[in-house]
Amino acid sequence: MTTSDVTTGVRRRDGAAVIDLVGDVNARAEGSLDEAWEEAVRGQPDAVVLNFETAGYINSTGIALIVGLLAKARARSIPIRAYGLTPHYREIFEITRLADFLAINPDEDSAVRGAEENDS
Amino acid sequence: MTTLTGSFRRRFLGRSTETTRPQRESTRPVAAPKDETVPVDIAPNDPLLAYLQSASGAVDVETLELDSPALADLKAAGVKLAVPLVSQGELIGVLNLGPRRSEQDYSTDDRKLLDNLAAQAAPALRVGQLVRQQQAEAATRQRFQQELEVAKLIQQNFLPKQLPELAGWQLAAYYRPAREVGGDFYDVIPLSDGRVGLVIGDVTDKGVPAALVMAATRSVLRASVQRLVDPGVVLERVNEHLCPDMPEKMFVTCLYGVLDPGSGRFWFANAGHDLPYVKTADGSIELRARGMPLGLMPGMRYEEKEMVLAPGDSLLLHSDGVVEAHDPEGGMFGFPRLKDAVARYPGGGELIDRVLTELHEHTGPDSEQEDDITMVTLARSPSAAHPTNGVATTHQLVEFEVPSAEGNERLALERVSSIVTPLGLDEARLKRLETAVGEATMNAMEHGNGYHVDKPVKVRVLTESDLVRIQISDLGGGAPEREAEQPDIEAKLAGLQRPRGWGLFLIKNMVDESNETSDGAQHTLELVMHLVDPADDQSEGDHDHQ
Repeated sequence: MTTSDVTTGVRRRDGAAVIDLVGDVNARAEGSLDEAWEEAVRGQPDAVVLNFETAGYINSTGIALIVGLLAKARARSIPIRAYGLTPHYREIFEITRLADFLAINPDEDSAVRGAEENDS
Repeated sequence: MTTLTGSFRRRFLGRSTETTRPQRESTRPVAAPKDETVPVDIAPNDPLLAYLQSASGAVDVETLELDSPALADLKAAGVKLAVPLVSQGELIGVLNLGPRRSEQDYSTDDRKLLDNLAAQAAPALRVGQLVRQQQAEAATRQRFQQELEVAKLIQQNFLPKQLPELAGWQLAAYYRPAREVGGDFYDVIPLSDGRVGLVIGDVTDKGVPAALVMAATRSVLRASVQRLVDPGVVLERVNEHLCPDMPEKMFVTCLYGVLDPGSGRFWFANAGHDLPYVKTADGSIELRARGMPLGLMPGMRYEEKEMVLAPGDSLLLHSDGVVEAHDPEGGMFGFPRLKDAVARYPGGGELIDRVLTELHEHTGPDSEQEDDITMVTLARSPSAAHPTNGVATTHQLVEFEVPSAEGNERLALERVSSIVTPLGLDEARLKRLETAVGEATMNAMEHGNGYHVDKPVKVRVLTESDLVRIQISDLGGGAPEREAEQPDIEAKLAGLQRPRGWGLFLIKNMVDESNETSDGAQHTLELVMHLVDPADDQSEGDHDHQ
């Protein structure tokens, strides 16, 4: 089995906070994601960008964790954007309508700029 | 009076045949009979040797001044005169003489007599030395040849005398030892329920030691496969048995797989052996599974992988003697060429013949085989690909269990994926199926079995001609309906629904069909995925009508 618990890192770039997700986004990712979120929103960034380029398996609990982040972001009026999703997880984000509340960008530059594909 | 010491002779012979040994052997005091000097060793780098080599006749030891330990030993032993024995310019011995009984010095006539004697004795002594040397070499060659014969005998005795007949399959094997027999081996072992165990391995080293380790490995493996089911566990057991007694710097690479001839399922683990190739409808693929060679260290674990050999597929197990064979310029045959051969040629015995032909062309006609060459092929008859009567028949490819523990859904989805991949699902649909299997297994572990490790989730993979069915069962048959609430992200963001509850929703959206059944004790969710997207089929049909 090739499970790998998620590790997170937070970077600042052009007013946005980028959370790098490395590993599987499942129930065991909750603590790490919460910590990353708290660090990311410190100082009220323009947006929080989730980097899925190095993320692995995402299950329904992982989806629920992302919904939780969206709820927190709404409460603080901080937009969330994402990039690096595989076509499969992009499809899941669309089926679950996560994509309606979280802009999916093709790369980090566009995610940081806020150049949402939907707007173009 | 005259002494040609045994130790000197040995030392001198040693000089000619063991010149790489610079250490001077210690002088061994030997109880000497009366009138005989004690043996004296002369080290190869002692200056006395060079002096005697160039001396024109008998040398007066007492008056000779050299920084030579051997000379000091000779003087201490009472040697008065040293007469070099030179044959064809090579110093092959020395006559060491003590004092004359008359206690007079050696006369000029004495010295002439001794020089003449040395001139006669040296060639005779040299002939004796050469005869003895040749006898020793012949004995060594004979012993080596006998060892090779023993090694071949051991190896051939432990290879299968004949291969089992498998309906719908062609099984073939080839083994050719190198002149210096290596440690290749293979085995085909009938198991319970009609399954068949396939083994290929290679022991490092050559000759009798390798053959003995091969025999031990094969015996332990044969004993283990009758008691254990999982290939990885079998290799773990063999490794534990081999480790304590494995000679230094030796180890065994070994692949063990189990074939279910009915379903075509091939389940395997690999202890560092060259990867097998499978010819599928899409070309040849490597079968990868991680694991350290056997006998290196205890406590190793061996990854298990599996695939289904579809009708028309063929498998090749091979030893490194194939890919590492060199051409006259030193280029190796190589893995890519072998992989390509598997893709191009039919399987079974014909594949072996074709690979051997290519190998022969590669190495050239006059080359000596460098290492053992072993190949085992397994080809599934293509005729089974066409079911008769148009009646869909269901084949169970595999049934397995996963303990109900957090994260174990990955075990289920990865195993199902490895089995289903060869059936030809496209990448996107395979990913969807993986997600559905993962979610269904999570549901079963959590809602059906309450994450009790001792309550496993059972997974069955079945195929029909154009679809695959995955049945996932737990022990929560009496529980109420699960996740009845339709997830609504807006309600979740508003706090009106809990964030979780996506599992069943994802399952239903990922597969073509899902069916729940319950018998009061067991709850089963069946996932159905067509090998070709029904939407694509439909659009092609619409197109045909236009």
